[in-house]
Amino acid sequence: MPNFTLNGISVDVPEGTTVLQAAKTVGIEIPHYCYHPNLSIAGNCRMCLVEVEKFPKLQIACNTVVTEGMVVKSDTEKVRQAVTGVLELMLINHPVDCPICDQAGECGLQIYYMKYGLHKSRFAFEDKVHKKKVQDIGGQIVLDAERCILCSRCIRFLQEVTGTSELEFFRRGDHSEISIFPGRPLDNQYTGNLADICPVGALTSKDFRFKCRVWFLRGTRSICPGCANGCNVEAHFKEDIVYRLKPRRNDDVNRTWMCDPGRLEYKKANEARLLTPVVRENGGLKAEAWEAALSFAAFRLWETVEAHGAASVAVIASPAFSNEELYLARKLAEEVLRTPNVGFSPRSSGNGLSDDFLIKADKNPNTRGAQLLGISEEKFDDIVRKIEGGEVKALLVFGNELADFPGERTAELLSRVPFVAQVGTNEGAVSLAAHAVLPSASFVERGGTFTNHAGRVQRFWMGFPPRGNARGGIEILVGLANRLGAGWTFAGEASVFRAIARSEAPFAGMSYESLGELGQIAGGKG
Amino acid sequence: MELVLTTHFGNERYRFAETYEQLGGYGALRKALSMPKEEIVAEVRKANLRGRGGAGFPAGVKWGFLPKDLSRPRILVINADEGEPGTFKDRLIMTRGPHLLIEGIAITCYALEAHTCYVYIRGEFVREAEIVQEAIDEATAKGYLGKGILGTGFDLEVTVHLGAGAYICGEETSLINSLEGKRGWPRVKPPFPASVGAFGLPTIVNNVETIADIPWIVTHGGEKFASLGVEKDGGTRLICVSGPVKKPGVYELPVGTSLRSIIYEHAGGLRDGKALKAVIPGGSSTPVLRADEIDVGFDIESMQKIGTMAGSGGVIVIPEGTCMVRALSVLMNFYAHESCGQCTPCREGCGWLAKVLHRIENGQGRNGDVELILEVCDNMLGRTICPLADAAVMPAQSFIWKFREEFDGHLREKKCPYGNRF
Repeated sequence: MPNFTLNGISVDVPEGTTVLQAAKTVGIEIPHYCYHPNLSIAGNCRMCLVEVEKFPKLQIACNTVVTEGMVVKSDTEKVRQAVTGVLELMLINHPVDCPICDQAGECGLQIYYMKYGLHKSRFAFEDKVHKKKVQDIGGQIVLDAERCILCSRCIRFLQEVTGTSELEFFRRGDHSEISIFPGRPLDNQYTGNLADICPVGALTSKDFRFKCRVWFLRGTRSICPGCANGCNVEAHFKEDIVYRLKPRRNDDVNRTWMCDPGRLEYKKANEARLLTPVVRENGGLKAEAWEAALSFAAFRLWETVEAHGAASVAVIASPAFSNEELYLARKLAEEVLRTPNVGFSPRSSGNGLSDDFLIKADKNPNTRGAQLLGISEEKFDDIVRKIEGGEVKALLVFGNELADFPGERTAELLSRVPFVAQVGTNEGAVSLAAHAVLPSASFVERGGTFTNHAGRVQRFWMGFPPRGNARGGIEILVGLANRLGAGWTFAGEASVFRAIARSEAPFAGMSYESLGELGQIAGGKG
Repeated sequence: MELVLTTHFGNERYRFAETYEQLGGYGALRKALSMPKEEIVAEVRKANLRGRGGAGFPAGVKWGFLPKDLSRPRILVINADEGEPGTFKDRLIMTRGPHLLIEGIAITCYALEAHTCYVYIRGEFVREAEIVQEAIDEATAKGYLGKGILGTGFDLEVTVHLGAGAYICGEETSLINSLEGKRGWPRVKPPFPASVGAFGLPTIVNNVETIADIPWIVTHGGEKFASLGVEKDGGTRLICVSGPVKKPGVYELPVGTSLRSIIYEHAGGLRDGKALKAVIPGGSSTPVLRADEIDVGFDIESMQKIGTMAGSGGVIVIPEGTCMVRALSVLMNFYAHESCGQCTPCREGCGWLAKVLHRIENGQGRNGDVELILEVCDNMLGRTICPLADAAVMPAQSFIWKFREEFDGHLREKKCPYGNRF
């Protein structure tokens, strides 16, 4: 553990730590563009210059490894002038077209200009070097070569992370620019990350461009619901509309990356949502208040148990729901309805895409969680057979589809069940057939935990309250159970998770506090 | 006067192995192969041989940076990229005495226990590369290169690699990247090439002239070589004199020969009775000297003392009547064109300097432009991965410091007093 002095502060750091990394740990900002914690060192932006005792020249903090007794200063006039000087050089050929730039508001040039620049331009406007703007380079990305500060993050990402190397530098000096090779557009499933790691407006997202100024957005910590990998993300939204997902750093799961399909998962929180409870009676659909809809569904379930016995009722859980919701769904089936018929429907729909990096073939965020909570996939097949045999008289379905079944198959199956209640977020084959639709909150509208493919239990946080008249799944389940006489007192996902930690072995000893932002691995084999 | 390199350069056949051998060639290699390796390195240290590529780093010391263990193969790279404007000496060695280089390579590789050598030759030097390749083929046929050199167990393969025409590839780490087939960008150091160089292996990069001096050092001893020059800078140097002198060309002179005698005695003084205005002593990147500053020995330390550099020995003579603003603009065009574009200060700064110089030269300069140039220079100097920014800044600063009045005159008169325009 070498010890060094940074701006007069004595700091202990692990062997091999660079000055830039060490500064972060003690909250000292050293400005930088080309450095990225999950990429190799390029050392070319020259923004992180610092004074190191015994070195005549300023050194770059990103490539200076701390040694015992080193004395570093990042707050001197000399450093300040150097940083301002580099920033001025970076801006001379920049178009400064912030009013029409999508990056405005989260642009590294704007941020550092306000902190370290604030200079008047000394560069003749007519002398600016012009480069090609608005180039569709494939994937989710648009390139504006003129705004680029040539930090090489994108090039290193494509070399070191995807290994596809579509981008490269072309030409020299102040005519240098990044580009794809002729006729060879971006061809990988991770292009969206380029817009994230680009510190300026050179690489922007086709999907997000011009949709919303970033300063109107608020964010919440979340988990991508697109597959079993459980990439840590931030969901950005304005009022109750989600605009984008951005990866959140978790080196044990996704480092700082996420895949392109996952990036578009937010759309499901906006489009074709079920926003109000609906009851189907006598062939007609009727919007209902929650109290009425819940009472109706609970009554029909009770009525069926009374008439045909508990075994005539089935619950199909969904691995797209949280651990907390799955736990309550199982509890409802086992303790309240007392039916053995509870399984989860394996939804692996989508394109079946998978790779050896982040994209998993299992397109559910919480399959592992369902398994660890003792809800089985095999039971689902059993339930389907019972439906086909006419044994199921009432069905509570979570989710918007049944497994990967085509719509006609789902419609045909559900038509054999006299009463179907659905807890789901989006319109689909199930909502078309259900007798009671209980609209539930999207992943941005509620909190909870998912367990990823590796058994890591990870929290996601509520960004904003459920849209329209939708409700959190926990609230819906408690409402149903209590109408069936359960007397549950769960209030909020934290209280449900405490119950899980008490009774479910794989989750023993966990709490929201212990999960923190980055999650914990569940014990047991499940 | 003792010559190290050019004694037989007048002999057209010296470039062939047979003639080279008849004149004593490859004797040094035979001698070296019977010497302990450390002794060869020790002789080179004693010789005070300073790198001839421009930086002047002591060759023996550089070799000492190789890791001690031999677990990874070592590589010798010969820098024959000779791109510094005003420098044309390495091509002379390659065309007139390629076997000097090859013998030097063989001895150096033997001493450093390297079995692979790349000769990275500037892309424009097509004929030079052909001659070097022919010489390598001859040397291999005669057993000076290849498997089991001269009956010893020492193997050495030498490969010629042509660059693609970039000044930056004369910088050693950029050269290594280019050699590896990558874009010619300097590498961030550390790691230094001696530990992680070409193809990730320990690598020494030496200039052509530096390595061509090695056979003589082995034959005559390091002390003898050192005694030819001055303290801490031994031997002779190939000095390239260009500009309007009576006898422009390459002169082999003892290190420490006065710059005045180089220009006025060896190169015969200026043509057409012109007076000397300025001299760029060591290639275009070195700070310019006024006519009254040339009573200085051409060696690394003496040049340093008066604020300039011996560099790569490219003496550029500038006569009276030359517009210094135009001269600097031309130089700055070169750096703006050749900046690789990696580091912000150099990429943006070189182009900016060129643009401001152009407008001053065209009579469109603005008040404060000269100060602006100096401030941009401050923001470039020492702020980049490699010394290309410094190479652009040093002439810019020195031209202004020493010929300020000419820059101010352009601004005052709103035109070039010499009648030039871009």
